[in-house]
This record gives sequence, structure tokens and C-alpha cells, in this order.
Amino acid sequence: MATTKHILVALVEDKPGVLNRVSSLLRRRNFNIDSIAVGHTEQPHLSRMTIIVQGDDARIEQVRKQLDKVVEVIKIVDITEDEPVSREIALVKIKATAATRSEIIQIVDVFRANIVDVSSDSLMVEITGDEDKVNSLLELLRGFGIRELARTGIIALPRGGAGPLIVEEMRVPKQPPKPPRSEAESPPDW
Amino acid sequence: MKKTGAQILCESLVKEGVEVIFGFPGGALLPFYDTLPQYPQLRHILVRHEQGAAHAADSYARVTGKAGVCLATSGPGATNLVTGIANACLDSSPVVAITGQVATPFVGKDAFQEVDITGITLPITKHNHLVLDVKELARVVKEAFHIAQAGRPGPVLIDIPRDVFQQETQFVYPDKVDLPGYKPTLFGHPTQIKKAAELINGAERPVIIAGRGVIISRAFAEIRELAESAQIPMITTLLGIGCFPETHVLSFGWLGMHGMTYANKAIDESDVLVAIGMRFDDRATGVVSSFAPRARIIHIDIDPAEIGKNVRVDVPIVGDIKNVLEVLNQQIVPRDHIDWFNQLDQWRREHPAIEIRESEGLLPQYVVRQIYEVTRGDAIIVTGVGQHQMWAAQFFFYDKPNCLVSSGGLGTMGFELPGAVGAKVGRPDETVWCIAGDGGFQMTIQELATIVQENLAIKIAIINNGYLGMVRQWQELFYGRRYVATPLYGPDFVKIAEAYGLPSLRVRDKREVTSAIEKAMEHQGPFLIDFVVEPEENVFPIVPPGAALVEAMELPKPERVSPSV
Repeated sequence: MATTKHILVALVEDKPGVLNRVSSLLRRRNFNIDSIAVGHTEQPHLSRMTIIVQGDDARIEQVRKQLDKVVEVIKIVDITEDEPVSREIALVKIKATAATRSEIIQIVDVFRANIVDVSSDSLMVEITGDEDKVNSLLELLRGFGIRELARTGIIALPRGGAGPLIVEEMRVPKQPPKPPRSEAESPPDW
Repeated sequence: MKKTGAQILCESLVKEGVEVIFGFPGGALLPFYDTLPQYPQLRHILVRHEQGAAHAADSYARVTGKAGVCLATSGPGATNLVTGIANACLDSSPVVAITGQVATPFVGKDAFQEVDITGITLPITKHNHLVLDVKELARVVKEAFHIAQAGRPGPVLIDIPRDVFQQETQFVYPDKVDLPGYKPTLFGHPTQIKKAAELINGAERPVIIAGRGVIISRAFAEIRELAESAQIPMITTLLGIGCFPETHVLSFGWLGMHGMTYANKAIDESDVLVAIGMRFDDRATGVVSSFAPRARIIHIDIDPAEIGKNVRVDVPIVGDIKNVLEVLNQQIVPRDHIDWFNQLDQWRREHPAIEIRESEGLLPQYVVRQIYEVTRGDAIIVTGVGQHQMWAAQFFFYDKPNCLVSSGGLGTMGFELPGAVGAKVGRPDETVWCIAGDGGFQMTIQELATIVQENLAIKIAIINNGYLGMVRQWQELFYGRRYVATPLYGPDFVKIAEAYGLPSLRVRDKREVTSAIEKAMEHQGPFLIDFVVEPEENVFPIVPPGAALVEAMELPKPERVSPSV
């Protein structure tokens, strides 16, 4: 099966150590992670993790199911198929001399990025965009000499109205009424 | 009224129905131990090594169906629990491990006897928690017991700093747990169940593989109904042994690296495989690419992550096995597969698993068989790991669940003795035989003191061959008989037993075996027998590494004689 890049979004409880738990699990099972971005959500006490992972379908399904087992992970969804809006921010420090400065500024303008810092021999550029846009700009700037680069990793939201991560709408299979089982309370008799 | 953290912990344990704690004290636990006598409902069993506490709690959980509780102090006490916790994790045993921790101002400062046990046990616990405020203690305990037992059981660790034991707060035990992220699916999807029923009804050569999940779910009646109504041959995994009576005509043994050849063959020839509560472990499947090549696979398990992990599955069903089978059984059309059954029966007769070759010497297989004969199969057998474990599974017939208590997933040597402690404490009115290897026995030998102090009438049979048996066998078969680090010098176990204060016997002659076992059974209290057996016996059949299940090596033909049964 083909190896592709998937965007997994997990809604997790905002408790200490959750990021540690998730990254520990990813490391343990040898999953190929490109980036993880974590932050608060519109719901209190809940954080949102956006994980970019490489693999074939079977592998990704395993990642998703193993992460779902973590108690603090409330819901985890693969939104790659939904063609979501995805963005990341990069800050990059470029070598810039008097000769090259205007050329750099032109490229930056074309990408609608911003210059956020200037010094005698460098420029710092801030760019927000999807992965392709950021990669393209970086490719063009590489020729001038990249001094330092920081990228946040991707965050993504699916398009359209309601999102897939509303806790109340969690998919719960219809349970048939459970017959009273008093033996569940007392120790089983073997 | 305000209560201290120690009192809150005790009361919470009582509320959870805990009756026994296997533990070992230490500095960080002093406040807790000082409070413990106020709660006589909690029986504390002092072990001699924290690993023993963890294994005992695991074994206790397996035989009673309740969560097992073990307790250790901070630092080295906690790290000594790690093996036992990993063991409980891989075999899905509900264990709640409580560890003391240094006082909160010292956490994270490399203090005396401080260790980040929550970090260390992250990959081997279902969940763990460091309690930094006494106000959350009751909730954490309730959640711990819930998580340990719900869905697929597993170990949970609670780390409690010393000062939290001493802080005071109002004690309110929560009615419910609020875990939005943990809601196991208990009822199988009706469409999937229907698909499975269709497959089973149309099968020509069906086979059921039942694993430990059937025992955890207590689905014994349901699995029996499934097997009997559709006349499906029943095979178990090592840890599923006992979920279906092994003396039943439809029982075709267990599969895997040392399983019965006819079981492995049946799976290879089957066209529909119903895998229930098992996880296609590599010891069970042999090389995965050759596993069940002709079969459509139905996989019923409560853990969705197991489905599709090792083997591609045609009909996955996530749910509690008992619930799923109740619905599935209603859709099964009663029929027989008389040709298929006869074929399997013929294989069973051609490759009997129960033959013990003729020998003047004392054979370990014979010892296990005699234990079966004397107890008439009415005993709980706790084993260690290695050759003796395989023989205990092969030469004893288990008709009831949780009568074979064995470390399958982690394969922990040394499980035998503390495991027997947990089993006997959990079911005191039953006969408990600890079948040990001389290697593993030496790893947790100190628990003999626990057995004597608590007066647990455990019968111990040491299969003493002077070698690290299983490793030696592999060195013989696959490494040109180069025995490196496997000849094992051991102490005089009879003298050790005497030193610990329990009666014992040494047996070297096969004619003395039965009387020794009977003597052990008659004695009211613990008894140890040192069986000095043939040193270079091998476990057969064996599926070599990298081979398919049907490529098993069997006992060399010339020595095989008619079955001893």
C-alpha cells in the first residue's frame, strides 16, 4: 500500500502529561511523525492535537486506534480525506546583503509573507500558509542562505459547517437495553 | 469529618471491594501502614520482594475475577513492581498498583528513594496518575479501579506522595466515574454479527480459536453453545486453555509454537476462522504470511486496536465477547461438519499430544501427568516460564477456566511462586499446584517465606533438570548444541525448604512420583517436591522461528510409542 501523509486530529483532556503519553506511544510503536501541534480549543479543559503522520492505510489505522486507547484521548479523527484547510507558521532568518536585500523583499511580497526583523546582514521572514506554500518560499530563500528556521507544524480544520470533533455528537453505537445482571456486582462463581 | 489521605485510600479500597493487598512497606508508606490496622477488612500479605507482590496481585485477579492490588514504596520498591506490571499488561490482568512517593516538595529533585514511576510505567499501564492533592485521591482511586477492569483489563498505577497521605480533607467517594475519553464498545455492531453468522453458516471447514478474552468475559456457556450447535472444532490459545473443557470431543487442543500439530493443521486447512478474544500473538501464529491461508477470518475482541494489527481480518466485531456471542448464537443454524470433524479426529489420533515415551528415567512429562492423575484434574496449576510451562499445558487436561495460571505475553520467569501465592489467597479452598522450573524458581525463591508466614497450603513441584531448559533446547536444535550460559547450578531445594520451614521430598525415580504427589496432597499445609528429571528432554512439537505452523518439528519417530492413556 502506498505511504501517504495523513492529518490526524485528536481531542484530548487538558491534563498534565497528556502530550507525554501521546508522544511516548508514538515512539514506542515506531510511528513516523512529521509534526505535532497542540493548543487549547473552543471547549474548556480540552486541547487539540494535530498530528502529521506518514504511512499506509493499515498503519495509520493502527496509529489512530492505539491513540484512541489512551484514556485522556476523547476522540481522534483522520481528516486527510476531508481536504481540510491546513496552515503552519515559519520564521526564517536569511542572510541578506545590500545586494540581495531587495530581491529577497520582492520574493517575500509575492508570497504575501512579512519581514519581521532587519539587521545589517540578515532579514527575518514570517510566513503563514499551507505546507506547499511554506515549502516553496523556503526553497526560493534557500539560495540566499538560511541562518535559522523555526516551523510550528501544521494545524488543520475541515471545511464546511460543523466540525467532526464535537464531543456531544460522539458516535456511540445504539446499545440495546442491558438486562439486569446482578452478577456483575458480585464476584463471579467459577 | 475530615480524613487523612491514608484513611481515604483505605476507605476507597474497601468501597471497591478489596479484601487483600500484597505489599512491602518502606519510608514513603509509613503513614499508610500506620493507618492500615484501622481497617481490618483489608488483609495485608507481606511478600519478600515487590515483584512477588505484583505477580501475586495479577494471579489473584485472574482466579477471582476481581482487581488485584499490590503496594510498594517509592524508588526501588516501585521499580521492583515494573516486571509484574508489564506482565499484567500483556496478559490483560486487572491490577491496581499503588506506590508511595517522596513528599511533593521533593518530587522531581532526585530525592532519596525517588523515581519517576509514572514515567517509567507509561507504556505498560492502561493509565497512571501521580496524586498531588489529597482532594483528588478518592476520584483517582475510583477511576483506577474502573479503568483496570473495564473493557480490556490491564494494570493501573497510582503514585501517592508521603505528604498527601497525611493531608486531610472531606472524604466523598464518587458515585460514578467521568471519563469521556474511555468508553469501551460493549455491544457488537449488528451488521457485522450478521455477516459473521452468514460466514459461519456457510462454512465447510470452520474452526474457533478462543483466547483469554473468552475467560475474561466469562462467556463459557456462549462459546460452548456456538461450538456445539454448529459442531465447530474448538482450539484455544495458551491463555485460553480451560474456557472449553479439554476433555470435550470438540476440543482440539491449543495452537502455536508448541501447540498440537492437529490444531495447527486444522487452522491451516480451515475456510472460516472464528477468532474470539485472542490477539494473534506471534507465538500462536507462526510466520504470519502463512497463517490460515485458506480462511476468511472473523475477529471478535473488545479492543479495537487488536483487530487488524497482526493479521488481516474479513469480519471485525468489536464488543464484549459474551454480548456478541449471545446475539451471534441466535443466528447460527445448527448443523454438523461430519467430514471435517472426522478429518480432524483422524489427525488427532495420528499425532496424539498426550504420549509420553517409554523411559527408565524420570520424565518431566510424566510428573505433570501424574499430578493430573492424582488430582483428577481438580486443581489450579500455576507455572513459571519455559519447558515445564509447556509440559504443564500439554500433559494436564483443563476442563475449567482459570485453572492454568501462566505468564503468556511477557513470559516472566519467576512468576510461578508468587503466582501460586495469589492463586491460593484468591481461592483458598482449592488445591493449588505450583509447577516450577529450577531456573525460574530461584528468581522468586524468597516467596517461600510468604507461603510459610501466611500458611498457604501450596504444593510445589520443581521440574529440576539443572538447565535453563527452554534456552538449552533452542541451543540444541538451532545453535549446534552449544550450551552457553544454560547449565544451571542450583541449591539443594530440600534443604532450602527445610530452612524455610516447609516439608519436602526429593524424587529421582519414576516409581516414587505418584506416592510423593499423594504425600504432598495429604499434608495439611505447603509442601515442596524436588523432581530431579532427565536433563535434556525437549518440548515437542516445536515450530521453528520463521516457520509456518504446519512446519512443526515433532518428536523423532522411532521413539514414539502408543499413547500412555
